[in-house]
Amino acid sequence: MGWYGTAVKRRDVLKGAGSLVVSLAVPGARRAMAADDRPLWRALSPAQLDTYLKIDETGRVTAFFGKMDMGQGVDISIAQIVAEELDLPLDRVDVVMGDTALTVNQGGASGSTGIERGANPLRNAAAEARRVLLELGAEMLGVDAGEVAVAEGAVYLRADPVRRAGFGELIGGGHFDVRLEWNGSYGNALDALGSAAPKDPSEYRVVGQPFPRRDLPEIVMGTHEYIVDVRVPDMMHGRVVRPPVAGSVPVSVNIDSIGAIAGARVVHEGDYLGVVAGREWDAVRAAQQLEVSWSEVEPPFPDMDDLYDHIRRAPVVRESAGGGRGADVAPDRDAVEAALARADRVLQAEYEFPFQSHGSMGPACAVCDYRGDSATLWTGSQKPHYAAEGVANILGLPAGNVRGIWVPGPGSYGRNDAGDAAMDAAVMSRAVSRPVRVQGTRAEGTAWDPKAPASVHFARAGLDAAGNVVGYEMRMKGFSAGDVESNESNPSYSYAGALLGWPNTSVHRLSNPGDRYGFPVNVRYWQTIAPLLERASPLRTAHLRDPLGPQNHFASECFMDEMAVAAGADPVEFRLRYLPDGRDADVLRAAAERYGWEPAVPGPEAPPSDGVVTGRGVAYTRRGLPVVAVIADVEVDLDTGRVWPRRFVVASDQGIVVNPLWLRRTIEGNIIHAVSRTLHEEVRFTPERVTSVDWISYPILEMVDAPEEIDIVLVNRPELPPYGAGEPSTRTVPPAIANAVFDATGLRIRRAPFSRERILAARRASADRQPG
Amino acid sequence: MAVITLDVDGTAHRLDVEPEMPLLYALRDELGLNNPRFGCGLAQCGSCTVLMDGQPIRACVVPVAAVTGKVQTLSGLGTAEEPHPVQQAFIDEQALFCGYCMNGWILYAAALLESDPNPSDEAIRQAFTGLKCRCGSHSAILRAVKRAAATLSDREG
Repeated sequence: MGWYGTAVKRRDVLKGAGSLVVSLAVPGARRAMAADDRPLWRALSPAQLDTYLKIDETGRVTAFFGKMDMGQGVDISIAQIVAEELDLPLDRVDVVMGDTALTVNQGGASGSTGIERGANPLRNAAAEARRVLLELGAEMLGVDAGEVAVAEGAVYLRADPVRRAGFGELIGGGHFDVRLEWNGSYGNALDALGSAAPKDPSEYRVVGQPFPRRDLPEIVMGTHEYIVDVRVPDMMHGRVVRPPVAGSVPVSVNIDSIGAIAGARVVHEGDYLGVVAGREWDAVRAAQQLEVSWSEVEPPFPDMDDLYDHIRRAPVVRESAGGGRGADVAPDRDAVEAALARADRVLQAEYEFPFQSHGSMGPACAVCDYRGDSATLWTGSQKPHYAAEGVANILGLPAGNVRGIWVPGPGSYGRNDAGDAAMDAAVMSRAVSRPVRVQGTRAEGTAWDPKAPASVHFARAGLDAAGNVVGYEMRMKGFSAGDVESNESNPSYSYAGALLGWPNTSVHRLSNPGDRYGFPVNVRYWQTIAPLLERASPLRTAHLRDPLGPQNHFASECFMDEMAVAAGADPVEFRLRYLPDGRDADVLRAAAERYGWEPAVPGPEAPPSDGVVTGRGVAYTRRGLPVVAVIADVEVDLDTGRVWPRRFVVASDQGIVVNPLWLRRTIEGNIIHAVSRTLHEEVRFTPERVTSVDWISYPILEMVDAPEEIDIVLVNRPELPPYGAGEPSTRTVPPAIANAVFDATGLRIRRAPFSRERILAARRASADRQPG
Repeated sequence: MAVITLDVDGTAHRLDVEPEMPLLYALRDELGLNNPRFGCGLAQCGSCTVLMDGQPIRACVVPVAAVTGKVQTLSGLGTAEEPHPVQQAFIDEQALFCGYCMNGWILYAAALLESDPNPSDEAIRQAFTGLKCRCGSHSAILRAVKRAAATLSDREG
């Protein structure tokens, strides 16, 4: 079998000839909105082939995809997979995504599963459609099904290829009305199987090719539509008004203070406050000029300098050695203590990672048109199905009465502020009975978006006299990653919902590093602490690209390097000692080979005192199924503190390669985004508020510091399914850079980001420790 | 309110707006143009970039009354049939992810190549100081600008 899912067992009943009736009935995709408490997307049956595919009179195919592309070319890969199964040229397949009236809920963009899971029902539906088309073609040609084949969008007689029937002739405009076997799940887990087996990968001609994205020409010509460009008749512009101290709520509002701004109105419901105006500039001015008296509250945050000690001191709320959404698993501390007691040497180190912001290029935007008994939402959210459901919930509407339409947003790397903007637009549209467009200020995209949580990681290892690991412990302690869960259907997980009284439904969870190291005693666990502010906090946590990956692997892969140094070993060789043969070791070897890695113990022969020094660092991870190894070449300027990762070599095994061009681009984007997070990004705050409000106070990567080269080795595994590549390489970057900084300078940087000030401070501290 | 005249992509417009309204809001909300986009409102990212008399400016902070020259937007730089060499190079290199920031990168690149047709790697990097991209297309952008420079020098050579 190839790479198709096996989540659903095929039933012979699907093979019945009765499934071949071509119905002209209106399919689910065109069903009118009904007053129904099921979300709109549930009107589409995941068990119907027509839900996923349509073929028009010209034989052109439209694939209806219930996940999303956020700029990594997932949709072109989906088109390739559908074209492959139908033996169609790629240019005859279109992909529709993001409209809840047209696509079933496959979970949106989530956990890099766009292809890994999202492609399965589409591939199966396309394979099934091919089977049906063959039968229809044989019938039209008056021959047995065994005598016909498919090529170039037509069924032809093998013995006489001139006799043919195009897909358009066979079914154009009609419906397959063929049932698939659906596994009963929605979201990421949705799968459906037809009776026809998809192709064996050895037959692939379209899958595996480097096709470009289709939306780029419009984007570079400036004609592509983004969420900020949506204009609806009678639309007003809304702005949220945020408190000066986090946690403070409006006590009274002086409406007269914006009386001079034509048409400006205040939306004040519960503790929620916003303004709307007919023109956007007027809404901006009204938000700035509105006089509000705010409640007095205790400043909710510690001094920023005390952040990591606060984490160390704080009582543990939840502890587990297992997964964050599973039952608690007690860590085997006794085993660790016993192993460390036997060791010749015990190493320990602590690593610290800050709060980080999504900081999407533009603050989130949404438009909502509330019509009393129904609503339409235009959103840049990467989960439009859930976002529409969330809007229904906050408006008190049946979920079936809210249609969500995704329009590309200003970048999305998880649960960013888009999920809040959708709710804001809904609340304000209801308040003024007009369509409302909301877009925040830069501060709202940086200071008020949900954050990646800050954490401290405690690592310990025991080595025997030969430098072998006899025991290993890694403990993550930090703020839960789940203040805001990424499913947007629950208004509790939004800023507006929290202020309108929806109960706090935060989940306490973190995670452990992902790797396959086979240490004899290997204990990893995590501990959450209470949030600093429970409601509507600007430090609310949520998923940000590779959630918890950078934090965990900064610790685990730096500590591997520290262990290798202690053992007097080369860090690649040291990792391979503990990796099983197979994909993990292969990927690490592939990176080392492409780099031309010569074994050596990391670190300079003598600590350099000034000038520019260079070093190399390695890191590896397995993120569930995909495996990544990266080697960074880094320059450190000891006089300025500048760290410049000039070159990366990345080896990536993500199963079968569907589109090598966009797979490479996706990995490249991950690496560069992670360079920014590693070197620059740290949400700053005072006891009163978040003070990272723009690109000065939340600096990110500039072009002058961008890598010169990112050399990517794709380890293609045609025998495996495609695994997600949208996130896994992110987590390898902080440790690879940190390890390279050590190799260059002898300085262990155990707190991210590696800003110039931090490098210089580490250098001074190191000099203070040197005798003389 | 004041009557302001604006020349945008070769078309003259008369607007009745507050003189301090930033050019970005005038272009988007008064003229209905889409491609300059709000990113920060602080001239820190470049998403709102337009050219004024060939030089990049940040439309989010320039009051509409201060616009004295001819404004060119990304959509006025080339056409689908005849893209500007920089636009073509960004397509050829597939040099973007979400693309929200592209006004800045492409217009700054076009202005750079106008003044320095064969820039060094360092010159390109310096020319982009103050532009932001969140998705990580920096390396692809560098490749695209070098490709555009090569295209231009081929044409002239």
